[in-house]
Amino acid sequence: MWRMAEIQLRDLCGVRSGDKGDISDLTLFADDDAGFAAICEAVTVERVKQHFGDLVRGEVVRYEVANVWGLKFVMQGALGGGGPRSLRADNLGKTLGGALLRMRIDVPDEVAAAAPRNGRRAPLS
Amino acid sequence: MGPGASPNLRTDPSREGESVRKLDGQHHPGLEVGAGIVVGVTVRLGGGQGFYGDGRAPLDDLLASGVDYLVCEALAELTLAILQKDRLRDEALGYTRDLPLYVAAAVPYLVDGRTRFITNAGGINPIAAGRAVIDGLRGAGISGLKVATVVGDDVRPHAATLGLPDDTLFANAYLGARPIVDALDAGAHIVICGRVADASLFLAPLVHEFGWGWDDWDRLAAGVTVGHLMECSGQVTGGNYSGDWWNNSDPLRVGFPIGECEPDGSFVLTKPAGTGGRVSFDTVREQLLYEVHDPSAYLNPDVTANLAAVRLEDLGGDRVRVFGAAGTAAPETYKGLVCTPAGFAGEARVAYSWPDAEAKARAAVAYLRGRADIIGMEVEEWSEEYFGVNGFGGPTVGADIDHDPAEVIARLAWRCATKEEATKLVFEGGLLGLSGPPMISQADRLRGGRPTQLLGVDAIAVPREVVDGQVRVEVTEV
Repeated sequence: MWRMAEIQLRDLCGVRSGDKGDISDLTLFADDDAGFAAICEAVTVERVKQHFGDLVRGEVVRYEVANVWGLKFVMQGALGGGGPRSLRADNLGKTLGGALLRMRIDVPDEVAAAAPRNGRRAPLS
Repeated sequence: MGPGASPNLRTDPSREGESVRKLDGQHHPGLEVGAGIVVGVTVRLGGGQGFYGDGRAPLDDLLASGVDYLVCEALAELTLAILQKDRLRDEALGYTRDLPLYVAAAVPYLVDGRTRFITNAGGINPIAAGRAVIDGLRGAGISGLKVATVVGDDVRPHAATLGLPDDTLFANAYLGARPIVDALDAGAHIVICGRVADASLFLAPLVHEFGWGWDDWDRLAAGVTVGHLMECSGQVTGGNYSGDWWNNSDPLRVGFPIGECEPDGSFVLTKPAGTGGRVSFDTVREQLLYEVHDPSAYLNPDVTANLAAVRLEDLGGDRVRVFGAAGTAAPETYKGLVCTPAGFAGEARVAYSWPDAEAKARAAVAYLRGRADIIGMEVEEWSEEYFGVNGFGGPTVGADIDHDPAEVIARLAWRCATKEEATKLVFEGGLLGLSGPPMISQADRLRGGRPTQLLGVDAIAVPREVVDGQVRVEVTEV
């Protein structure tokens, strides 16, 4: 049995989000095979829909992109009607990647311990 | 770095046998270099723009570094809506107004044959854009340049066939690389297009230079890959990078991307020497999957690209080698965008300080919405955001929420059917100044809060025969 630890996605992954119409298209990036396996296991479509709640009103499709350790989510109805139609300040969903990094998941102990982003923070300089 | 058998390869950035091009604009395949090493011809693409409004400061470094093609991508999905409003005011507008500044920066390099310039800055009126560029060149006393204009992406003439709504503001198909290749084959130094698939702007010069066939799917996919990576300018050279972005070098002199492309479809993504930012496995992969939906079937007018087959090799020294792209036949239809009016939005922002800033901000928003009810304003949709609490993250903030932050900015937005209706609430906030919750401040110095028009932009499939018959390339020599 693996020993599991809770980790916030910000400490395990990079992310980039973009838009097409009312679709938010965002991808998590792990840093190695074990990290990629861990997010594929834990960050399911159901978890993502639950996490975003009312922010995402449509279908969510997930793609595993092993060549770059990427886990992509294409989310319909996610931008308040789409860029030029949306009332949101962030009408393009550039911040939704950050919102996803807030999610906490359980991963094997050694994955959490090895995560190169764990505890890395921007200095205020 | 990267997954796979030997993923973490790092090799010396100094590649043996740098390939060369003579500066007479002619190609010399297999030219002998210095130490007698014979290499193929590398084509260097420069990504000079990622959207209408992008910064132009990095252009000088990019051009000075020696790019065979300066490619400027100016049209986000909603940009044509902005340009449409321009054209409604003035028939001679409808292209991005900073186009002449890009041309001016490139002219010294265009004139001596070092560089050619490709852009979709023609927007909704490429003919007018071409005319403006030609007039500008002649006015500056420049001659000997060929300016090509690509038209035919406007599909409003086929409104009935396509079932476009009566109130359509614009409807355009994303053209592919072929008309740009035609323009380059005709000797154009400057190619001005309207709506063209972003990556096709970069694919076209590679097809022109290398003579790739239109059914050479893997090569076409490689060209789409380099185009896709470069079309957002600084977003592949360290911009918007979600990792340790603070370790990017010299943010005041960020470098825009260069693609050093080989005839076999492989390329090295890099940036001008001495510039800031970063090109690494991490910055390149974040851009590789940006906005592509299904990575194994990235749909483009010229090819369906499988980005899940692409391999990235970080060479160090801000150089990433990209290879392995695979392609299959292009989709049977073009993608189009149809734009229709979608009402008017008004907006109010008001800021409050600790203590109890969120409670004050919510009370102010409740006041405004209450006033809208009392004056009988017809509002179709409301949007409330509380910056400092959960304005961006909404329900994802969860247990991290801070209900007593140092300050909160409330943003209330509303949608109404008409501009007059949306304007009504703009005048209802005055009472908050002296008669509302304490410790109020402006959130900005933007006075007035005039409502703005909202637009619906919907994707449609456009049959190829509708578009192909109307695409034209016009070449003018100045």
